[in-house]
Amino acid sequence: MGNYIGKNEKRVEDPRFIQGKGRYVANLSLPDMAYVAILRSPHAHAKINSINTDAAKAMDGVIDVFVGQDLIDGGVGQMPVIWQLPENKVPVRWPLTPDKVRHVGDSVAAVVAEDAYIARDALDLIKVDYEILPATTGAEATTGDGKPLVHDEIENNISYTWGLGDKDACDKAFEEADHVIEVDIENQRLIPNAMEPRACAAQWTASTEEMTVWTTSQNPHIIRFGLSAVTLPEIPEHKLRVISPDVGGGFGSKIFHYPEEIILPWVAKRVNRPVKWVATRSESFMTDSQGRDHVQHCKMAVTKDGTITGLHVELYADMGAYLSSIAPLIPTVICITLFSGLYKIPGIWGHTTGTLTNTVPVDAYRGAGRPEASFLLERLVDMAAKELGMDPIEFRRKNFIPKDEFPYQTPVAFLYDSGDYHAMMDKAEENAGYAEMRKNQEDARKEGRLVGIGVCGAVEASGYGPAATVGALGFYGGMWEHGAIRVHPTGRVTAFTGSHSHGQGHETTFAQIIADKLGIDVADVDVVHGDTDLVTQGMGTYGSRSAAVGGEALVNAATEIRNKLVELAAHLLEASVDDIVYDDENGKVYVKGVEDKAKTFGELAFAAYSGHSLPEGMDPGLEEAAYYNPGNFTFPCSAHIVQVEVDKDTGETTIQRYVAIEDCGNVINPMIVEGQILGGIVQGIGQALFEHGIYDESGQLVTGSMLDYTMPRADNLPMIESDRTETPSPSNSLGVKGVGEMGTISSTPAVVNAVVDALTDYDVTHIDMPLTSEKIWNIINSNGG
Amino acid sequence: MQPSKFEYRKASTLDEAVSLGGGEADYLAGGHSLIPAMKLRLSEPSTLVDISGIGDLKGISRDGDTIKIGALTTHSEVASSGVVNDGCAALADAAGMIGDPQVRNRGTIGGNVAHADPASDYPGILVALGATIVTTGRSTAAEDFFTGLFETALGEGEIVTEVQVPATGDGTGAAYSKFFNPASRYAVVGVGAVVTKSGGTCESCRIGVTGASDHAYRATAAEEALSGSDLGDEAIAAAAAKVADGGEMMSDLSASAQYRAHLCSVMASRAISEAASRA
Ligand SMILES: Cc1cc2nc3c(=O)[nH]c(=O)nc-3n(C[C@H](O)[C@H](O)[C@H](O)COP(=O)(O)OP(=O)(O)OC[C@H]3O[C@@H](n4cnc5c(N)ncnc54)[C@H](O)[C@@H]3O)c2cc1C
Repeated sequence: MGNYIGKNEKRVEDPRFIQGKGRYVANLSLPDMAYVAILRSPHAHAKINSINTDAAKAMDGVIDVFVGQDLIDGGVGQMPVIWQLPENKVPVRWPLTPDKVRHVGDSVAAVVAEDAYIARDALDLIKVDYEILPATTGAEATTGDGKPLVHDEIENNISYTWGLGDKDACDKAFEEADHVIEVDIENQRLIPNAMEPRACAAQWTASTEEMTVWTTSQNPHIIRFGLSAVTLPEIPEHKLRVISPDVGGGFGSKIFHYPEEIILPWVAKRVNRPVKWVATRSESFMTDSQGRDHVQHCKMAVTKDGTITGLHVELYADMGAYLSSIAPLIPTVICITLFSGLYKIPGIWGHTTGTLTNTVPVDAYRGAGRPEASFLLERLVDMAAKELGMDPIEFRRKNFIPKDEFPYQTPVAFLYDSGDYHAMMDKAEENAGYAEMRKNQEDARKEGRLVGIGVCGAVEASGYGPAATVGALGFYGGMWEHGAIRVHPTGRVTAFTGSHSHGQGHETTFAQIIADKLGIDVADVDVVHGDTDLVTQGMGTYGSRSAAVGGEALVNAATEIRNKLVELAAHLLEASVDDIVYDDENGKVYVKGVEDKAKTFGELAFAAYSGHSLPEGMDPGLEEAAYYNPGNFTFPCSAHIVQVEVDKDTGETTIQRYVAIEDCGNVINPMIVEGQILGGIVQGIGQALFEHGIYDESGQLVTGSMLDYTMPRADNLPMIESDRTETPSPSNSLGVKGVGEMGTISSTPAVVNAVVDALTDYDVTHIDMPLTSEKIWNIINSNGG
Repeated sequence: MQPSKFEYRKASTLDEAVSLGGGEADYLAGGHSLIPAMKLRLSEPSTLVDISGIGDLKGISRDGDTIKIGALTTHSEVASSGVVNDGCAALADAAGMIGDPQVRNRGTIGGNVAHADPASDYPGILVALGATIVTTGRSTAAEDFFTGLFETALGEGEIVTEVQVPATGDGTGAAYSKFFNPASRYAVVGVGAVVTKSGGTCESCRIGVTGASDHAYRATAAEEALSGSDLGDEAIAAAAAKVADGGEMMSDLSASAQYRAHLCSVMASRAISEAASRA
């Protein structure tokens, strides 16, 4: 045990954030900077007959105006899809659409002007002759006969189909089942709404032919690769620097390669001025990739003693108007692989149809496919328990994978690394005082109050992911991570990570890891990320991968530093390497049994750089770089118990208690882990009760602002009672599992289960989200009770 | 977000403001309705006449049974004012339910009534209280002031200078009950009720409704039903059920017309019960 891992170190990034001194892309100001505004389509589907930019170009202060064809003629590439499925049809997508708009917000033209106001004014002077076409919406409905085609070449608006599981075992389970539980679920469209809107800036240095791009990305190295390899090939990778400085939240929506990341550098080179674009909140609503949006036809086979034997899911996933960067992954590989949940289910079959509609593209959003899986599973489990008259916790326990069966091979590809689901649920039950809770619920019911208790248990695959596995499943890159440690001659350390922090606190936690591995003061470690010139390589942050993959890369680098120091110390202390003890509690290296024959970390660092006396063959200096390619994913899990009360008069739901147990293996910083869990839970509650990206039939986004799109707020919540069990992951040396998404994956079904439980007397088994007060009131009002 | 180009003029007196106002100009008070609208270019005034520095429009005082609130008084000043809490707690309650702390610290009562957003809180409670809106030209009863969707009795260039509210006397209680729009926190429905009791019965009452219809209205049918009743649960429910009668229910994302009508009766029951218990 070191001095820092497992301790609540305060976040070193917070002083600058809470003082308003963060360094965001929008804060960037460069000499002679010009501003870009983008003309967005007001229509969901329309042919562009012509675009007249004359008046805009003639406006005072306008530098230039570009349309889609200008960029195509100027050598940009099509927007790539970097996770593809066999035989998927990839629609053509350009950074500015040249011929047709396919969703409200689709990008049509870019204005460059002396300031942001002029750029915005000039948008009104661009005349686009649109021929409005009928639009198509609805994940499943869009495949119907006679529906307008989003892309003429993609029949029935079906981009791909993909299935996983053992069909025969599944069929057999349903043939032999005593009970078949069925439900159709609409897992609604969500709009991520990171607090910081997307922004991009670019600077062209003509003299050296170098381009710098600043972008609000979760993975700047991937953006650099995408630009130089595909979308902006005129700038080769070694001449391109991509910087993602402080980023104010992403939740997945900032993983993807966006049109503005191509438009801005392309424009910067053409006008030979630094340029900047910052999204308005309205633009965020209509251009940031959105989340979820499935129609799921689900059934579960159960025997009369309460054993789950089969799961069958036919799923339609709305991809929006184009395939965003990794969109095909989300409702397929990352979703169906979790259909086993915490349970032993022999016969599982899941099948997805990815469809196109005239809506904003859909891609990963916190949880990304896993909440969609846990929601349907945990709803079915709850419905099954109810049908069998079993307590929902008892029913779950009966089907849990026992702890002595790990590693556990599910029928849907994954090998779960470790877990103790019974212990986790026991702790949830105990912390909630579940028996007492149920008794109180009985009493409340007698008074006519609608109190409900919801339970959920879920697992997720995090720490994405083993390079060969993700490659075999469709990813174009590897999902390893890079880390480097540079020890300065004074013994201070700068660490470089390819992970990217946009709220996760890596500057704190990664410093804790390194300080422990090297036996130094945490304050002596600085963590650098988000700049492709400073950090050699990186895969970025998503899929709850930073600690398990990025952290391990730094562990590898630290190990190499240690090895060098041991060798150097042996030389300086005139001992054999085998007799050297690296004391990482006290930051010194000594000869076994002779503790005062020692060198401090700082002394050794200086010796490494002075080079006055080095072992034979050792080069001066003290810096090491390493890669880490995980051997498996990690499988965190959680158990949540929620109590709600529904107001009979208005249909409003109040969450009265929220008890959460997460198991994310070993914990580096409990405070930061809890922050991730709380944030995740709240986001999941948002989906359960409030959030809904609604498009009308003409494809207009009806919830296009904060006036209509309901985000969860502090006063919607009780104090969340969060706690942990710790089952270390055998997949990595730190024993850690991802934690960024677990809260979201469990809280959504937990809350819906609770509300359905509250409405037991109203003859309802499932309610589609969000559970708005009007929807609930309608149930109360029409089902009479 | 970039608004269209506009001129900015700061008025230091009411006369100066009036002379600068009218036409394509718009007054700027707290800016919490106007500036968001300008950023979305839903509002494009040629000139902003900033009235926020006019001292005469600020402050809260009591003159006999009348509470006088200057147009520039912020929502948080109303919510925390001793004069308002003593004389008419329901108004302070309503002010405290507006938006969030930032909105309450900037938004003003004059701007709120002048803007006449159908989902605003003040209109409902002011109609119930029988408040008077005083402007540079005249005094108008609140129930006559709100005339339509974002429409008021204000003429061109006319400025709201003060809102006058009768203090609730002995035997009278008032309350405001609001169903919050979960996204915007404006009122899906807000009902203000003023109940005057004599013995156990309701001698008279006034009920004002906001959020439900395109503008705030008095629910006269419900008032009639409640007056003379024993203020028991049944009487309150019967009167509350008539609250939606007074207006044409709006229908939008936050509530269908049917649900809104239902919320009118729930919010009215709650407001009436509370008002009766305060009387
Ligand atoms: C996030 C948010 C949430 C909100 N939630 C609520 C809520 O829950 N309930 C609610 O009631 N309101 C809510 N509001 C609106 C808020 O109360 C506004 O402050 C108020 O409606 C307008 O007052 P203002 O002083 O900001 O006026 P401004 O925005 O400055 O002006 C609004 C309009 O009134 C005119 N005007 C202003 N003062 C005068 C005057 N003295 N005479 C004549 N015309 C004048 C202006 O010219 C303009 O047309 C919210 C606002 C925001 C931004």
